Amino acid sequence: MKKEIIIKTTNLVAKYGDKIVLDGISVEMYKGEVTVILGTSGCGKTTLLKNILRMYQPYSGKVEIFGKDVSDLDEDQFNEILKRTGMLFQNGALLNSITVYDNVSIPLEQHTDLPRDIIDRIIKTKLHLVNLDHAVYLTPSELSGGMKKRAALARALALEPEIVFFDEPSAGLDPITSADLDKLIINLKNQLNMSLVIVTHELASIHRIADRIVFLHKGKLLFTGTLPEAKKSGIPQVEEFFEIGSF
Amino acid sequence: MNKISLKDQTLYISGKIVIVTISDLLKEWERNYLKETVAKIDIKEVEAIDGAGVSFIETLIDKYSLTANDLQNGTESIMRSIEIFSSAKIQTTEKPKADNIFVKTGEAFFSFLNQFIDGLYLASDTIWWSITGLLNKKGRRKGSVIEQAIVIGLDAMPIVALLSFVIGFILTLQSGMQLQKFGANVYIADLLSISIVREMGPLITAIIIAGRSGSAIASEIATMKVTEEIDALKMMALNPVKYVIVPKFHAITLTMPLLVAFSILISMGAGLIISVGFLDVALEVFVSRSINILAVKDVLITLAKTICFSWLIVIIGAYYGMKVTGGAEGVGKATTSSVVTSIFAVILADAAFSLIYL
Repeated sequence: MKKEIIIKTTNLVAKYGDKIVLDGISVEMYKGEVTVILGTSGCGKTTLLKNILRMYQPYSGKVEIFGKDVSDLDEDQFNEILKRTGMLFQNGALLNSITVYDNVSIPLEQHTDLPRDIIDRIIKTKLHLVNLDHAVYLTPSELSGGMKKRAALARALALEPEIVFFDEPSAGLDPITSADLDKLIINLKNQLNMSLVIVTHELASIHRIADRIVFLHKGKLLFTGTLPEAKKSGIPQVEEFFEIGSF
Repeated sequence: MNKISLKDQTLYISGKIVIVTISDLLKEWERNYLKETVAKIDIKEVEAIDGAGVSFIETLIDKYSLTANDLQNGTESIMRSIEIFSSAKIQTTEKPKADNIFVKTGEAFFSFLNQFIDGLYLASDTIWWSITGLLNKKGRRKGSVIEQAIVIGLDAMPIVALLSFVIGFILTLQSGMQLQKFGANVYIADLLSISIVREMGPLITAIIIAGRSGSAIASEIATMKVTEEIDALKMMALNPVKYVIVPKFHAITLTMPLLVAFSILISMGAGLIISVGFLDVALEVFVSRSINILAVKDVLITLAKTICFSWLIVIIGAYYGMKVTGGAEGVGKATTSSVVTSIFAVILADAAFSLIYL
């Protein structure tokens, strides 16, 4: 069965000033898969993520999400795409002045016309999914780093997105919380056929969840394929990455 | 097709029960089946369900006072989704109740009292280390006083000059026009000299410095606090008050009187231009009258006032910076509170000076 492409970049070039950060990246990501974007620090992983989501304007090349070229879309059209996606930022990016409950309620209140009791139930279920039952009415400043990240994930999942982007979800989390998060990611993928795009360095996590690897090195795409293929790719940088991290 | 139907007290739901469809399903259900008696919910025909869909099903279960066992015929995949996204295992947390007015008032009072006491502690610490720091320069960075004097004093000169000129200009024009009606133009020099030297000069400069440098002090220290720089200093066996606040204290004590003198000169200059140009006051008369009207006491009071204002600004800024909590948002709050409090304190201190030394 042919897999459905949900994100596609073609010859994507991104620059900071004169410095080329992404150099002709062409990748495809598929529905219902966990795609992990890998590479050494500063290789352009987060830049790729932000270019896909139009947070940065690509210098040249094309980005398609759900088969639509995002550079052709006006703000309203692109917002419709954003409503079908969720993003978990590196530090959570929760709104600090309001409670965790209110943070999760923002997308539901703004983008749906669901009644209050259903919204309330959805919010509490999402927070339960990320083990934050006890922190519903706390403000972000009262949460630890890991809790903030989990609350932000609940917010990202509020609108039942088809694609969720994660920017280093395991950074700063203990191995148990990180494994729980991976379990949740697998559940979301299996039960909801959700597509997940994850920037991470954590090899343990990559082994647990990755279906597809996108390996960047100094702004260039070195490898794209499945995890077993990556390990036998014969590309020194890719093999070294998995070798050094294995134990 | 997503739809709901009722047969033999069983509610049949079919189609996709997902976030984009449940709003319509809810409307259909409320319109036709809300008041019906339902004993079972059949989800055999449900093709897909997500977290919002599960919430919808659970809402129906609650509304009909059913249990999860009354949900029947779901496929394995659907039942698994319901299990994952179920709210049954949620440990309910009560929303904290808002305190009543008495609790709030009491809390506000004690919080103010504690803040005041903490502020006094910081002030005493700062003054102590500032005095000892005059003799012993250990525990702070070389050149930090000069650096701070440039930031707090020198960099503020253009804005102080501009505002002082405008204020001097307005004050002369408004008062001069009134005096002219009585042919008392010449007294403009006396009036300006007293009001600018004793009141406007120190007050305007202090307000500008509170807004500009006070906020910078608060935000700098608050940022240092939230990024653990203050803790890092303590871990290096350095006193943060001595290292961070004392150089600012020395710098502002040194530069504020100079800035006030500069502000007075500019305001008087603006007054002189208007008086000589528009009010027919002779240059030498303006200069001699404005100097003669001043007593040494006036200048000393202005100096005392200025130093008092500068200490208030630096201590309030440092206090709000030091007590910041809650990351970036806290820095913003600390800065705002510092500016509001220091302007309030400066005006209050000015009123006290005016009452004591009339």
